[in-house]
Amino acid sequence: MDIVIDKVSHRYGQTEVLDDISFELKAGEIVCIIGPSGCGKSTLLRFIGGLEKPTAGQVLVAGEPPAGSLNPLTYVFQDFALLPWRSVEGNVSLVLEDHGIRGDRARAIIEDVLRRTKLLDFRKALPRQLSGGMKQRVAIARALSVNPAVMLMDEPLSALDSQTRELLLDDLIELWTRERFSACYVTHNLAEAVRLGHKIIVLSRRPGRIRQIVEIDIALAERAERGAELEQTQRHLWNLMREEARAADMELSDVA
Amino acid sequence: MSLDAAADPTTAPARPAAAMPANARPVPYRGGGFKVRRFRLVSPLVFIVLIGLWELGSRSGVINSIALPAPSEAFSAFQDLVRSGMLWTHLGASLYRLTVGWLFGSLLGVGVGLAIGLFSLARAGLLPIVSALFPIPKIALLPLFIVWFGIGEGSKVATILFGTFFPTVIATYGGVDNVDRNLIRMGQSFGLSWLSIVRKIIIPGALPAILSGFRISASIAIVLLVAAEMIGAQYGIGAYILMAGALFATDQLIAGVAILSVLGLTVSWAIGKAEQFFLSWRA
Repeated sequence: MDIVIDKVSHRYGQTEVLDDISFELKAGEIVCIIGPSGCGKSTLLRFIGGLEKPTAGQVLVAGEPPAGSLNPLTYVFQDFALLPWRSVEGNVSLVLEDHGIRGDRARAIIEDVLRRTKLLDFRKALPRQLSGGMKQRVAIARALSVNPAVMLMDEPLSALDSQTRELLLDDLIELWTRERFSACYVTHNLAEAVRLGHKIIVLSRRPGRIRQIVEIDIALAERAERGAELEQTQRHLWNLMREEARAADMELSDVA
Repeated sequence: MSLDAAADPTTAPARPAAAMPANARPVPYRGGGFKVRRFRLVSPLVFIVLIGLWELGSRSGVINSIALPAPSEAFSAFQDLVRSGMLWTHLGASLYRLTVGWLFGSLLGVGVGLAIGLFSLARAGLLPIVSALFPIPKIALLPLFIVWFGIGEGSKVATILFGTFFPTVIATYGGVDNVDRNLIRMGQSFGLSWLSIVRKIIIPGALPAILSGFRISASIAIVLLVAAEMIGAQYGIGAYILMAGALFATDQLIAGVAILSVLGLTVSWAIGKAEQFFLSWRA
């Protein structure tokens, strides 16, 4: 299943947030969206997931989702969005219940996704007992349980400390190598973008426009060893963004 | 600081403090305090000492027995009440009014509160009414309630019902408003139905606020119960206290007030237990 973002523009009242964004997200591909804060990256992700509507342009879905996909477009949130009153397995089963999956079938799926995210020993734990990295793994397990065609990840590692981030990044790469999911990954962290992205879309400051689309041909699994080449790409990205990031930092925020 | 200690840092910590300057002293400790510690025995002790002093004062004649009867006298009044069997008549009547009034007031309150929290139209229509009626002391409406619901149980239950309804509405819709929007967005992003989002995300998320609303409404209910029973009731703790007051039987009055206090404590303990059970997911 591919996703086509077609000339999307958006404004909140008088403020232009996004201007004429077009790109394509192919099956099995990770597209990273980077840009200075307030450039509308998260808004763009909400359009792709159908949680908000752009003022102009459209987001199209091409092709059928894989068979057995319960929720083709599935989010992973920055703040994990786990229900604090449900255990790890309860949080996963929440999204299965509405599809009528209960009992043994649900148990099998839950066990499978918890194994894949290395959480099997923590199935009865409550979110407050888990570290940030584990919480995000629960959120990823929950996303995997509905068999998504595209994962929409909104700064999934930004709330974590740098060591946990590194561990989870490795987990994500391992997961992708095994399952070849497609993802739209919003981040402000350039290192994450060059480690995960097949395609990196650099947005400008408000109103967000596409400044450049950078493609990286190195296989994800090899990237950890080829630091020098990635370093170069990362520096290139930073050069694209530096001035804008500085300007964005000095801006008064009067738009929510 | 000696030079050789700096040159070999690995052994430095193990060395005896021979190189310590003569005027070295520990950093003055300034932390600590401002922390709640638990003293389990103190609260019963305070009660015992207070009642003991009171008893002593009454026996020695320092406290006039007409102004304030001794605790032992109040206790024997209470024993009379138990022996005559009237305790259960009064307590039963009071508990019935309290339970029915509070239960229906809370149920309606949670229902209306959820409606206000979930539907903009209900909010626009009902919230002004709730805001206008909430500050009215419900006891002032008792004469009206007597006309509407009769002098019997109806008017008393209605007073408690109305008194508990409004705080519950306000606690409930406040709780719904405070549910993390991102959790709701998460539910939507996974394609959960509206009903599922309400049942599995909004109501559990609003439960802490609803339960603390219950705490408030339960104490309001007890206050209103006594007030309503003081106006035209044959039985009930409030009627018993009123009667004791009219006869200047201050020992019975103290006994009645003590029963109310125990009733209040029991209710608050029960709500505490309910919070422990339903909100065990909180730290």
